[in-house]
Amino acid sequence: MFTITQNYVKAESLSQAYDELMRNRNNRILGGGMWMRQGRKRIPTLVDLSALGLDTITQTGQGIDIGCMATLRDMETSPLLTGSLQILSKSVSDIVGVQFRNTATVGGSVYGRFGFSDFLTALLALDCTVHLYHGGKVPMRDFVNLPYSKDIVEKISLTIHDSCVASYQSLRRSATDFPVIALAVAKTGDRWAISVGARPHRAALAVQTAASLGAVPSALELEAAAESLCQELTFGENMRASADYRRDITKVLFRRAAEELLSAEQQLGMERSPS
Amino acid sequence: MKIRVWINQKEYQDEIAPDTLLLDYLRAKGCYSVKRGCDTSNCGLCTVWLEGKPVLSCSVLAVRAENQHVVTLEGMQEEATRFGTLLAQEGADQCGFCSPGFIMTVIAMKKELDHPTEEDVKAYLAGNLCRCTGYMGQMRAIKRYLEVE
Repeated sequence: MFTITQNYVKAESLSQAYDELMRNRNNRILGGGMWMRQGRKRIPTLVDLSALGLDTITQTGQGIDIGCMATLRDMETSPLLTGSLQILSKSVSDIVGVQFRNTATVGGSVYGRFGFSDFLTALLALDCTVHLYHGGKVPMRDFVNLPYSKDIVEKISLTIHDSCVASYQSLRRSATDFPVIALAVAKTGDRWAISVGARPHRAALAVQTAASLGAVPSALELEAAAESLCQELTFGENMRASADYRRDITKVLFRRAAEELLSAEQQLGMERSPS
Repeated sequence: MKIRVWINQKEYQDEIAPDTLLLDYLRAKGCYSVKRGCDTSNCGLCTVWLEGKPVLSCSVLAVRAENQHVVTLEGMQEEATRFGTLLAQEGADQCGFCSPGFIMTVIAMKKELDHPTEEDVKAYLAGNLCRCTGYMGQMRAIKRYLEVE
């Protein structure tokens, strides 16, 4: 458990929160605090964002904005997260339990960019932008590779593409454990996005593999893409699985995801043109 | 720092260290149903309601409960007794250490979900661990509870 050595500040504005954060290099922002709680940091000032009304999920002209203090449980219960965004709900549903997800926040999960993150893997496959208080708007595909810097994730924006279909797959050794591998695939027409997390490294996009796939790939092309995916990304080992095991499972999960979203795409097409 | 919080509908104002966990604060107030189990946010033994939602009190700072309502098992004895009796009748209670957190989550589930299926129940209760029973007794008790209620 961390220790607060000086102050706990419930910020009244983002500018106040940022100023407090920058006042000392060891000051921290409190999201849900679920991961921070596992550490033993000594934190001079802990800045709480919970009074800023940043826990909303709102529909915008182009998509959905999710405030940094929205909880992972909100991802499961919000009626706004439909269509391809339903993978967000699926991605968080195995994270510990409802009580945990009622406290863990979107901002904490996104800022942390944890290697084991199901949620980050799903967001990376979608058209997502991270809004930083100081750093401005950063596409998730860039944000995920940035080094940690002192800033505040204010919200994330998801752009909705009507024809987008998506699938989220993961494998766990037991329910509610960290994933052995997490994979998300999104497809909009002939544009694919393939994200693999828990390798056990931070989630990454397989850009070349995605570019090799067309609008309606054959079974052979999907097989080749599964192989290519494992060549393109690096896999490592930890107490949950070896790198080889992760590669093998990634191929299986990719095939499952591709089958699921090609079938969903077909269904979507039939619904749009029933004749 | 000073906080004001309602525990089981009773108002408290206290001076506490900012890194006091809600679990420790509640136990200091005599709510001994709130157990420290894994201390790693996994087991669900410390479940309480914060503004009506089940949370892990071992992972929430007490200052986060400022001006909010906390409910522990002590605050819902009538409903807890009804479900607790079913747990006992179904043999779902051995050491009983997990029961308070489990009961808090089951009652929260009943409030939140309409006509949950067995799969819904399992998913909702995935964050409550019991090392004695194997969960079959709990499932029987929950089914009876949902039928009766």
